[in-house]
Amino acid sequence: MNAIGLAQIAIVLAAVMAAAVPLGAHVARVLTGQRNLLSPILSPIERLFYKLSGVDPAREQSWLSYTIAMLVFSVAGFGSLYALQRFQHLLPLDPQGFDPVPADLAFNTAISFVTNTNWQNYAGETTMSHLTQMLGLTVHNFLSAATGLAMAFALARGFARAESPTVGNFWVDLTRSTLYLLLPLAIVFALVLVALGVPQTLLGSVEATTLEGAKQIIAIGPVASQEAIKELGTNGGGFFNANSAHPFESPDAITNSLEIFALLVIPFSLAFAFGRIVGDIRQGRAIAITMMIVLVVGILVAYWAEAGGNPLLTEIGVDAAPGNMEGKEVRFGVATSALFAAATTGTSTGAVNSMHDSFMPLGGLVPLFNMLMGSIAPGGVGAGLYGFLVLVVIAVFVAGLMVGRTPEYLGKKIETREMKLAMLAVLVYPLCVLGFSAASVLVKTGLDSLNNAGPHGLSEILYAFASTTDNNGSAFAGLSGNTLWYNTTLGLAMAFGRFAYVIPVLAIAGALAEKKRAPASSGTFPTHGPLFVGLLIGVIVILYLLQYFPALALGPIVEHLLLQSGKLF
Amino acid sequence: MSSKASAPGLFDGTILRRAAIDAFYKLDPRRLARNPVIFVTEIVSAVVTILFIRDLVAKDGDALFSGQIAAWLWFTVLFANFAEAVAEGRGKAQADALRRTRSDAEAKRVRGGATETISALDLKIGDVVLVEAGDLVPGDGEVIEGVASVNESAITGESAPVIREAGGDRSAVTGGTSVLSDWIKVKITAAPGSTFIDRMIALVEGAERQKTPNELALSILLSGLTIIFLIVCVTLWPLADYSGTRLSLTVLAALLVCLIPTTIGGLLSAIGIAGMDRLIRFNVIATSGRAVEAAGDVDTLLLDKTGTITFGNRMADEFIAVGGVGEHELAEATLLASLADETPEGRSIVALALRRYGLTAPEVGSDLRVVPFTAHTRMSGVDLPGRALRKGAVDAILAQSETCSLREAPADARMSGGGAEILERAGHARLAAPEDFSRAVERISRAGGTPLAVSENGRLLGVVHLKDIVKPDIKARFAALRAMGIKTVMVTGDNPITAAAIASEAGVDDFIAQATPEDKLTYIRREQQGGRLIAMCGDGTNDAPALAQADVGVAMQTGTQAAREAGNMVDLDSDPTKLIEIVAIGKQLLMTRGSLTTFSIANDVAKYFAIIPALFVIAYPELGALNVMKLASPQSAILSAVVFNALIIIALIPLALKGVAYRPVGAAALLRRNLLIYGLGGVVIPFIGIKIIDLIVTALHLV
Repeated sequence: MNAIGLAQIAIVLAAVMAAAVPLGAHVARVLTGQRNLLSPILSPIERLFYKLSGVDPAREQSWLSYTIAMLVFSVAGFGSLYALQRFQHLLPLDPQGFDPVPADLAFNTAISFVTNTNWQNYAGETTMSHLTQMLGLTVHNFLSAATGLAMAFALARGFARAESPTVGNFWVDLTRSTLYLLLPLAIVFALVLVALGVPQTLLGSVEATTLEGAKQIIAIGPVASQEAIKELGTNGGGFFNANSAHPFESPDAITNSLEIFALLVIPFSLAFAFGRIVGDIRQGRAIAITMMIVLVVGILVAYWAEAGGNPLLTEIGVDAAPGNMEGKEVRFGVATSALFAAATTGTSTGAVNSMHDSFMPLGGLVPLFNMLMGSIAPGGVGAGLYGFLVLVVIAVFVAGLMVGRTPEYLGKKIETREMKLAMLAVLVYPLCVLGFSAASVLVKTGLDSLNNAGPHGLSEILYAFASTTDNNGSAFAGLSGNTLWYNTTLGLAMAFGRFAYVIPVLAIAGALAEKKRAPASSGTFPTHGPLFVGLLIGVIVILYLLQYFPALALGPIVEHLLLQSGKLF
Repeated sequence: MSSKASAPGLFDGTILRRAAIDAFYKLDPRRLARNPVIFVTEIVSAVVTILFIRDLVAKDGDALFSGQIAAWLWFTVLFANFAEAVAEGRGKAQADALRRTRSDAEAKRVRGGATETISALDLKIGDVVLVEAGDLVPGDGEVIEGVASVNESAITGESAPVIREAGGDRSAVTGGTSVLSDWIKVKITAAPGSTFIDRMIALVEGAERQKTPNELALSILLSGLTIIFLIVCVTLWPLADYSGTRLSLTVLAALLVCLIPTTIGGLLSAIGIAGMDRLIRFNVIATSGRAVEAAGDVDTLLLDKTGTITFGNRMADEFIAVGGVGEHELAEATLLASLADETPEGRSIVALALRRYGLTAPEVGSDLRVVPFTAHTRMSGVDLPGRALRKGAVDAILAQSETCSLREAPADARMSGGGAEILERAGHARLAAPEDFSRAVERISRAGGTPLAVSENGRLLGVVHLKDIVKPDIKARFAALRAMGIKTVMVTGDNPITAAAIASEAGVDDFIAQATPEDKLTYIRREQQGGRLIAMCGDGTNDAPALAQADVGVAMQTGTQAAREAGNMVDLDSDPTKLIEIVAIGKQLLMTRGSLTTFSIANDVAKYFAIIPALFVIAYPELGALNVMKLASPQSAILSAVVFNALIIIALIPLALKGVAYRPVGAAALLRRNLLIYGLGGVVIPFIGIKIIDLIVTALHLV
């Protein structure tokens, strides 16, 4: 670890926080239906949309109608994306003449993009036509993020409202978050990337002659546009298989920092927006700070682990100064690779600029643990906020009792119904991650896909299911996921991780919106100060450590200990 | 806290013995199913017992280990049962005492003009019974005729008799109490088996105990955690298998029981029962656990001024002489005027005069004629030869002094030479009255006191300041309540000026002056609309709607049947200040739950550090690095964690029953303190505990 590395990390994070505060104010205005900066230009388009689709923007939905609308929309998205892949050879914009995507892979990919996971069991540049990439994948990069935003705001409204039968209108939330937030930011960011050298073209590929005189096909395409929303929408599905490590996705250190900034800024801004929506900015600030602390600790652990280098390589005379450079781009180095790894898993992005599989055991533990926590620091677009708020509900319930009152958060009493729903949501993660991982080591086809044996192999499996369940999509690599077993189980993990989780969350939103608001007094448990931040961190760490400690002990922890005694996997 | 002398102590020998036996009865899975955490523990214990028997038969050397694990798992269940049984035990003892006093006596039913003697059990609602001196009241009812002194010690533990009479707010009688003198006719209002005493027995016994809302929510959290740890343990088997370790079912079972929150699961119902029990010891009966919980959540307390905030009566505080009259002269005249006044106000005047002015009570001759207070004249006093001393309401005395000076003066002038002097003095008084007199009156009124004018032969002597004396410690208690975030509202029939003065002196946050029962109800509704929870106490029939509307309604035992039905708590001592303690008890209940839950979950960290390295140390000796406690062997580590897990339940029973100490400080301070003790303590203590047990286990060669 050195001062320059730490400074790089600090600058990016400081820029994120500085931008998240005003962006949060904008988001709050967008999602509460107020006029905002872009209203003069975009509100006619917004009205046109409602007119065309017959949506009455003034009519709000109960949590159940809201959920049904979200499910219908997602199922339709899944169906169309599946069909697009299966028939891409018959459709235009397929300059390289790709075959239809196989059924199990198409199933996996469709779920992957609809759930904002962007787990890729394929290499984009050699599998998907431009039409599939643009109309299917890029469009869903927007829509799945907008869906996440909508659900987060339904929950935020649950806290903000009192005695309200409705939680908002799904179609309005979807339209407004796409139109006023994701599209403008993505356009600006795509142009910035183009200016910095990222390709944006409809051509298929370029044929080049190398210095040795050999022919080389260089894949290009509409990279910048997908790259922009890939980060901003915390999607993570790269145009290229190598993702942000590929020089066309991220040419240099500047684009690297900008991409990290882009994937963190909306999730953090949502915490601030939440504070505004519930009418107490301090509440949003406490959440943002908690997220930041969890994120920073992860970054520092990963940086420390990677900067130390591999002791076994150091022994045989490899220079330890640059740190563990295996699987890392030299143009990024250890510090921003660690930052990228923690940020991409702390959000549910899953983009990579270095191969997490090649991290040191403890360095790789950070992205894994980030995802086991459900990517909540700061989390995916929307998904981060609602995932975090579910934890807040649980933390407040236990700790709130300790002040001698029925637990309440933001004046809403946390009672049987909320606890039931919160526990239902929380159960999804261990059930999927541990359940599918255990099943995978029991079946031969599960073990055949592993590149590595021993604890590292176990980490690969855990990583895959953690990544899909929490809709991250980051791949540890090392696990060949494109098999019938993994396409199916990973697909199911993605679906459960999204929908089995969010339906109880929306039900909580409905239950909270109906409740009266109890006024705060000095007897009320304060949820905006350092004490609460500390409490949240404690609850998060203990809750997840208890769930995954045995599995982690058999994976990265024992691998680390074995490495110290000279064993590698 | 006023507790009855007969109340058994926390760890009474009889209760403990009975609880130990009950702990085994409670092993019945149908009863345990109510408690998911302990239910799972019981199933796991049964499974491990089977494994133990298998090991015993197979003689492969593991029987000693699995036998000990099985035994300690059973102990875990038994300890949890024991905790609940101890908590119930005291209630049972109290119920037995109540049952002894329950009347299966005879009742004298009045039918037409005649009375017939029937069994009390045959009484129906609406029957009228005659109860005479020496009889037991056969059932709950309302006095419709007569007045009697009644011994209610069976319920209240208070042996001083109380008066019960028809009409008004003292008309309710309770079955099982006995009439000491006179007779009453009682209209029965509760069928046998559902009388107040019957309900009390059911409540203290916990027979009707249902999970309260918060208990239910907490149970869900605990069940959720149990399921999560079930998933962790079940999936650990294949993961371990992959890693080259074949886990035995015994150690997986041990791990599961250590992880699931058995500590709070085992103590949860004991905490709830103990909360009710604390109220009972405090002579308050809650009709449901829900009410106790609600008490902890109360945001606003509605307190009657009289008796709660101030002493019941106004007391003389000072004498203000006017019109050149000496203060001593005024005191002496007032003393004379009040000698025969037996009201508390009158006595307080006498006391003040004697104390502050060093007067001695004069001899009262036969020439003294007492003029009693009437609602019409609104004054009282005495007539002595040549002296007509009066005290009373200011306007009444003023009117009297005017009439007497106008009417009597000429007559006196005609009669005697001294007449001119009297006339002159009367005129003087009339002139002086507006100035310092009205100034004094105004000052007293503004301060919330009651001015009492004193005159002699129509001459104004001065004013007595009757003051509502605020209880000396009440202001501090309200400040404490404010720190807890609870708003206090004083309810009084006084006019707004008086009310405001007392409110500011007592330090309440708000007041309702000239309050009618409807005002109280409106106020409660308005507060509840704002999301607040309200507690109040009342005794009269007209309090019933407000008591029913309030989230915590404490009815006085001396109150009417209607009030007692409407509230969700009954205070057997009829002491309205108790509301404050009731709130504290409610808070303590919730805090105890939260603290022990935190402790229970935090404990798991250390258990992992004991068990995980032990499980995998053969396949991965390097994991021994996680054995930070340096436990002797894998088996001793697992056994020690299980033993700690069982013993911690026993160790925490006293805390569960007594409750976590509650201090009236702000929520933030409370949270910090409890997080430090139960959160951080919960992480640290098991490391120490498991290490100590491991040393003992190793020393005794148990594994």
